Amino acid sequence: MKKSVFLGALTMAGLAAGAAMAQDSSTLAAVQERGALKCGVNPGTPGFAAPDANGKYIGFDVDLCRAVAAAVLGDAEKVEYTPLTSAVRFTALASGEVDMLARNTTWTFSRDVDLKNTFVGVNYYDGQGFMVPKALGVSSAKELAGATVCIETGTTTELNLADYFRVNNMDYEPVPVESFTEAQTQFLAGACDVYTTDASALAASRASFETPEAYVVLPEIISKEPLGPLVRHGDDNWGDIVRWTLNAMVTAEEFGVTSANAPELVKGTENPEINRLLGVEGELGAMLGLDNAWAYNVITQVGNYGESFEKNIGENTPVGLARGLNALWTEGGLIYSPPFR
Amino acid sequence: MTTLTDIPQSQGFRLSQLIYDTRYRSITIQVIVFIAFMLVGWILVRNVTINLANLGKEIDFTFLRNPSNYDIQQTLIEYDSTSSNFRAAMVGLLNTLLVAFLGCILATLVGVTAGVLRLSKNWLVAKVMTVYVETFRNIPVVIWIIATMAVLSEALPQPSAFRGETPTASMWLWDTVAVTNRGTYIPMPVWGAGSVFVIVTFLLSLLALWSFGKWAQRRFEATGQILPTAWIKLAIFIAPTLLVYLALGAPITFDSPALKGFNFQGGIQLSNSMIALWLALSIYTGAFIAEIVRSGILAVSKGQTEAAFALGIRPSRTMNLVILPQALRVIIPPLISQFLNLTKNSSLALAVGYQDLRATLGGTTMNNTGRELECMLLMMLIYLIVSLIISSGMNVYNKSMKLKER
Repeated sequence: MKKSVFLGALTMAGLAAGAAMAQDSSTLAAVQERGALKCGVNPGTPGFAAPDANGKYIGFDVDLCRAVAAAVLGDAEKVEYTPLTSAVRFTALASGEVDMLARNTTWTFSRDVDLKNTFVGVNYYDGQGFMVPKALGVSSAKELAGATVCIETGTTTELNLADYFRVNNMDYEPVPVESFTEAQTQFLAGACDVYTTDASALAASRASFETPEAYVVLPEIISKEPLGPLVRHGDDNWGDIVRWTLNAMVTAEEFGVTSANAPELVKGTENPEINRLLGVEGELGAMLGLDNAWAYNVITQVGNYGESFEKNIGENTPVGLARGLNALWTEGGLIYSPPFR
Repeated sequence: MTTLTDIPQSQGFRLSQLIYDTRYRSITIQVIVFIAFMLVGWILVRNVTINLANLGKEIDFTFLRNPSNYDIQQTLIEYDSTSSNFRAAMVGLLNTLLVAFLGCILATLVGVTAGVLRLSKNWLVAKVMTVYVETFRNIPVVIWIIATMAVLSEALPQPSAFRGETPTASMWLWDTVAVTNRGTYIPMPVWGAGSVFVIVTFLLSLLALWSFGKWAQRRFEATGQILPTAWIKLAIFIAPTLLVYLALGAPITFDSPALKGFNFQGGIQLSNSMIALWLALSIYTGAFIAEIVRSGILAVSKGQTEAAFALGIRPSRTMNLVILPQALRVIIPPLISQFLNLTKNSSLALAVGYQDLRATLGGTTMNNTGRELECMLLMMLIYLIVSLIISSGMNVYNKSMKLKER
């Protein structure tokens, strides 16, 4: 009896010590050793991250996970997706359950500084909007006094909503819901008059309704919601990899490098920046600790920023979002990448 | 000098005795287990501290003072988005306590009824109750909660259905109660001048009710006569309050809900999330209580019933005066744990968006401040305190019901 107690205690101590050590090694080494990238995504926002008919995750955010996998492992398919609710996402990242988050997460001061995350960029400039049934006859958010509002708990939208109604001296009744899908169910059942979240997600969910034309998105955008990928504090090299993967996609669009013409351009071009991007010149990949063809893999397997946008959420998709703020800086938008040199 | 003694010579204490001597062995084992246990605990705590320090997060409770910045649907105390996180947690705690309190009452009513009916000689009634108990206690409670919510929000009419020339839904009870898929709106009492007298009269009549019961009991014990107490009690309960109410010209009026703007306004709103949680928790826990009641009744030996019948006591009185008082002794201890279960299960409220302690302190506050460990520790502490209070309260009641040995 005594022996078994002893062994039990030893096992427990061993487990606890093992847990203590798990945090140390670099994320890049861990991902390469595992042979797969663990990426935290939204459980279901059409266009951004949602399983397709075969259960495979597709979407604009998912493409970012695939791009990082292509850069690090040379294969965009080597991703393990972890669907995360908004309430658990930061804990999952901090605890090492996922290597990165690409889960339409708003970059805010406190999330970046206080929650010890590192936001590495913005892949979609968004803002909070309101959707109402057309039958209500509401044309402006200023007419929403007294309305019942469905809101996902644990999001910045919950805080913006409280601020907006307070500033405008209006009453409202919050109906907290736990997930995006639950919010849609409640909204469609008429348990709330208004559904509020990021305008892109509103467009995405409206597209998935049976009768999208019976609902309108109000013109007011009440907040800035820069959505972007993030990693844990403390592993700057890993942060650089995710940041420059996103930048590579943007730069590729800027210089007209697409998944179609990259195999041609990689043979060498007149443009030194394209050459550096595709690994023909310079050692940019090695500086990141990656293969020199990292960005080439990203572009050929996932596509550039514009391609990913048009394929998942562009105007020819059911979500139907215009580029707007998310056009390249050369075309009046905010999408801008630092130079590759 | 040659006396032989059986007493073995004392050789002093040897270390091996710690293992081979049965007098010391159990102590040795206990000490080793205790040290191992403390060691594991220490490693876990140290691990957490080091990892938190690596992440740059020290344990810090100052976030409780900062404004919460979010709104809560149902607030029993004054609260808005500028109130502190601590106040938000208190609003959540009160919501937890409210649904737990209502749930315990309804669960007891449902459970006692189902438990007694399951023993009924009527085949159909007994089988229906068996089906109820077996269905409800064998499906996880969170599924019942979500299912109830889904039924409420899909099946009940929207507020807009009450509108227009030919509304498809209408209010209940002379247009005072509106049942919608956003919640049930009931009239709210408005306390006019003089309403205090009505309340005082009502409290006095409650007192009278109690002393009348005492008096009737004494009279019964002295003379053996039974008064028709039910009717007299009902009269005492209603008549004085009603008379004062009418005499003062109806000082208490009711503010009925009415459709204004998007929603019903006025009255008291019972949100659907609370109703769903309350019903699901009560009916689920009621199934367990039914089994406890049934076992308690069956634990009273059949001889007691037979003896009561032999004395000519009616079946209903046999149940009330002979069986139940004895059964309660068996029923109360497991009943306490069902009340505790119900209270703790109420932390599933977030599944339907009812903002209890778990949804405020352990949900939005935790998410906005990123203080997972602090919020979790606080929540565990609060749930522990609440549970201990409930169980000590019930233990007092249990003591008063216990068999008193004279």
